[in-house]
Amino acid sequence: MHELGIAQNILQIVQQAVPETGAPCVRIIRIRVGQLSGVVPDSLDFCFSAIVNDTEMKQARLEIEQVPLTSECRDCRQRFPINELDFFCPACKSTNLELVSGRELEVVEIEMADESDGTP
Amino acid sequence: MSVITIERKVLEKNEQVAQRNREIFRERGIGVLNFVSSPGAGKTTILEKTFQELRGALKIAVIEGDVQTDLDAQRVAKYGVPVVQIVTLGGCHLDAKLIQDALEQFDLNGLDLLFIENVGNLVCPANYDLGEALKVVVLSTTEGDDKPLKYPAMFLNSSVLIINKIDLVPYVRCELNTLRNNALQINPALRVFEISCFTGEGIPEWCDWLRKKDLSGQ
Repeated sequence: MHELGIAQNILQIVQQAVPETGAPCVRIIRIRVGQLSGVVPDSLDFCFSAIVNDTEMKQARLEIEQVPLTSECRDCRQRFPINELDFFCPACKSTNLELVSGRELEVVEIEMADESDGTP
Repeated sequence: MSVITIERKVLEKNEQVAQRNREIFRERGIGVLNFVSSPGAGKTTILEKTFQELRGALKIAVIEGDVQTDLDAQRVAKYGVPVVQIVTLGGCHLDAKLIQDALEQFDLNGLDLLFIENVGNLVCPANYDLGEALKVVVLSTTEGDDKPLKYPAMFLNSSVLIINKIDLVPYVRCELNTLRNNALQINPALRVFEISCFTGEGIPEWCDWLRKKDLSGQ
């Protein structure tokens, strides 16, 4: 529901990272979206493409890596993916877990066309 | 093609402001609770019952968040509690900056507790830290016992679950045991209270916990 705000945050972060003259060269923005981040990738993609069109960065598109929910058991240190929201350790059945991935919402890197590519 | 590494959190700005809010609360010894739920679960009524129970014992202030109207602030103000209404005009959650701005409208001196009533929504508020000591998720029995499984992030990020409207269990499709187990399956550390604002059942236990729990250092 709040993907538009998230898309604006992403745009801001990228704008801060590249000089204004470089903005037209941005092609790919790689982001990481955890399963529990509350962000719907398709919806974020849609919002981003809507707002980026009004900027110098109109050739940029999002590349979204979805991060599954992974947990580590604090008792036996087993690491495992959480499917079907079964929040217990498959090895020792402990519920004393630490979430190690699934909450991400990060801008990882951007890919820019070199000015010599001639496609600013 | 050239690659520029960025590695920044999308919500970093919110997290920085939330951290500043948290420092303000810590310095002044104010325990801050962020109440989250779907619309109509009973957050405002729980606050009203809590004011009645804790009147004279603890000094409480409230920040109300709604998409439109100051109806909740009007309800809360009747109890003589300082209240600031945030109207998000469509925004689906409160963020740390809105709280920072609202704090300027309070006299924080001598406050024991600050209740933040978030916008009714079981999705987005889960991911916005406001600087609170803990999140209290409210779920009413009329919403059904499967909701913790459908909205896991909210239950995972909360420390307290208040199950409200338990007086309606005989009339709705909701097994209290199933609801409780579903929530604890996702977050075994949840402190669970079962209450009815209509009959008053469970309210003293919840308020007792609030009285004894020192949230000011968190």
